[in-house]
Amino acid sequence: MFEEVASTEQGDLVINIGPQHPATHGVLHLVITLNGETVKKVEPHLGYIHRSIEKMCESLSYRQFIYVTSRMDYLSSHINNHGCAMLVEKALQIEIPSRAQYIRVIMDELTRLASHQLWWGAMAMDIGALTPFFLAFREREMITDIMEETCGARLTMNYMVPGGIMYDIHPDFCKKVKEFIKHFRSKIDEYDELLTGNIIFQNRMKGIGILSKEDAISYGCSGPTARASGVSCDVRKIYPYEIYDQLKFDEVLATEGDSFARYQVRLVEMHQSMNIIEQLIDNIPEGEIQAKTKAVLKLPKGEFYTRIETARGEFGIYIVSEGGTTPYRIKFRSPGFSNLSALDHIVRGHKIGDMVAIMGTLDLVIPDIDR
Amino acid sequence: MAGWASNNKYSLLGAMRSGAQIVSYELSAGLSIITIVILTGSLQVSEIIAAQQTGWWIFKGHIPVLISFVIFIIAVTAETNRAPFDLAEAESELTAGFHTEYSGMKFALFFLAEYVNIFVVCAIGATLFLGGWMPFHIGSWESFNHIMDYIPSSVWFFGKTFFLIFVIMWFRWTFPRLRIDQLLNLEWKYLLPICMFNLILVTLMAIMCWHF
Repeated sequence: MFEEVASTEQGDLVINIGPQHPATHGVLHLVITLNGETVKKVEPHLGYIHRSIEKMCESLSYRQFIYVTSRMDYLSSHINNHGCAMLVEKALQIEIPSRAQYIRVIMDELTRLASHQLWWGAMAMDIGALTPFFLAFREREMITDIMEETCGARLTMNYMVPGGIMYDIHPDFCKKVKEFIKHFRSKIDEYDELLTGNIIFQNRMKGIGILSKEDAISYGCSGPTARASGVSCDVRKIYPYEIYDQLKFDEVLATEGDSFARYQVRLVEMHQSMNIIEQLIDNIPEGEIQAKTKAVLKLPKGEFYTRIETARGEFGIYIVSEGGTTPYRIKFRSPGFSNLSALDHIVRGHKIGDMVAIMGTLDLVIPDIDR
Repeated sequence: MAGWASNNKYSLLGAMRSGAQIVSYELSAGLSIITIVILTGSLQVSEIIAAQQTGWWIFKGHIPVLISFVIFIIAVTAETNRAPFDLAEAESELTAGFHTEYSGMKFALFFLAEYVNIFVVCAIGATLFLGGWMPFHIGSWESFNHIMDYIPSSVWFFGKTFFLIFVIMWFRWTFPRLRIDQLLNLEWKYLLPICMFNLILVTLMAIMCWHF
């Protein structure tokens, strides 16, 4: 891990990519050292969108702090909320009704789908294809519409509460989700036709940015990025939460570890998410949507940790409680941060155009890296 | 030049890419034009078009002209910096390449120049390969040919030009961008040798009068 830092020689070009640059999808600042077109070193500089969310959470109650996490990885805000709600439930030993569990999982998978769709479009734009961006947003729109109907918001849903979900699903929810899945199954083939089989795209992706299994583990990568390198790290499989242990789905793994493998893993994951939703959508049990909880939640004294699989990887929440109404200390383990740390290692020696493509396949969301 | 002058590193990279690209693809574009010049025996545009009175070169020139037409389209797409060869301004890599630092009217002039460029190369393509202002005729279909003759020649010419512009824009919304080394490989390892070989074929064809 401690590689020799490439020294800057005379004739090297040092370029600031970001904090405002179309390829970074946010305010990430990369200082890259170039030798001609070849990247010698990448140095990510963080802090441009630091809002000290962890500190903020310390002054919020256990009901409130959940919703601040929507602003971290805004593309999987639902899953972040879910993780926080799960931690509070675990600490207080609240049993949540099965209807709420089913709806939570469906919502998580819809969020994952929406996030992967957006990634697909943005990644294609990074390597210079314009149409995929529009196609991806066209389909994502259907999910955000479904979310809006049930949760009342399109991006930061705030739907999870400790003990269940905030309100019941919209009467049209099941019908619309089924319609969406039917529609999207045909559209995802279109994605394949447009991009996956394209010879230029394959040449840009295959054998580029190889992340070995050992490196993926030592950098702490998670999610599709690590799974493309053959690391089995799906929290849904290893530490099943809610009803994931009763569901039939595969952990998508690849062994190549290159950009194309990361691309393929995410595409197959979209199929898996749709399978999961299809298993659940017809069997949502009747009943309560929230367990009975006290109006003011107080976590017992101690340390608590939960993990959850977001669209980008493992999201961990660590809380130290002194027994009061607010956390004493809170720490988030965000997947994007660890995935970004591998960037320098896999980009070295590639061209500048490849760096942008690799960043696209790492699927970085900057507010997640910089909390 | 503009990229260098604006003292910006993105622009410098863009300008260098653009230089390498134009120098390479100029060769292919030039060689594919020469095939037509050989067939016609003249560099004069009016004579090139007059030679297509009996049929456009793309139809009566057999496969070699078809090859040079394809190469011509690829080369001019690269030369006008259009996707998938838009490395010089590669938005996601170099923000806007050589014209990063230009805004307002200066930027507009750059873009105007770019689109005028596209129009010019497409007009040349239409003249050389698609018969300029000559109408579309099919062998002995007299009545069909007559109807085609009634369409004014300017409509034919602009129609063909706009068709080529459409093709080039079609590339843009379909293909992802190439990498700089792939771009140069494509030119020097594939297009240029094919062009050379094609030139020999066309010369043979012109000597033996194999074309219609």
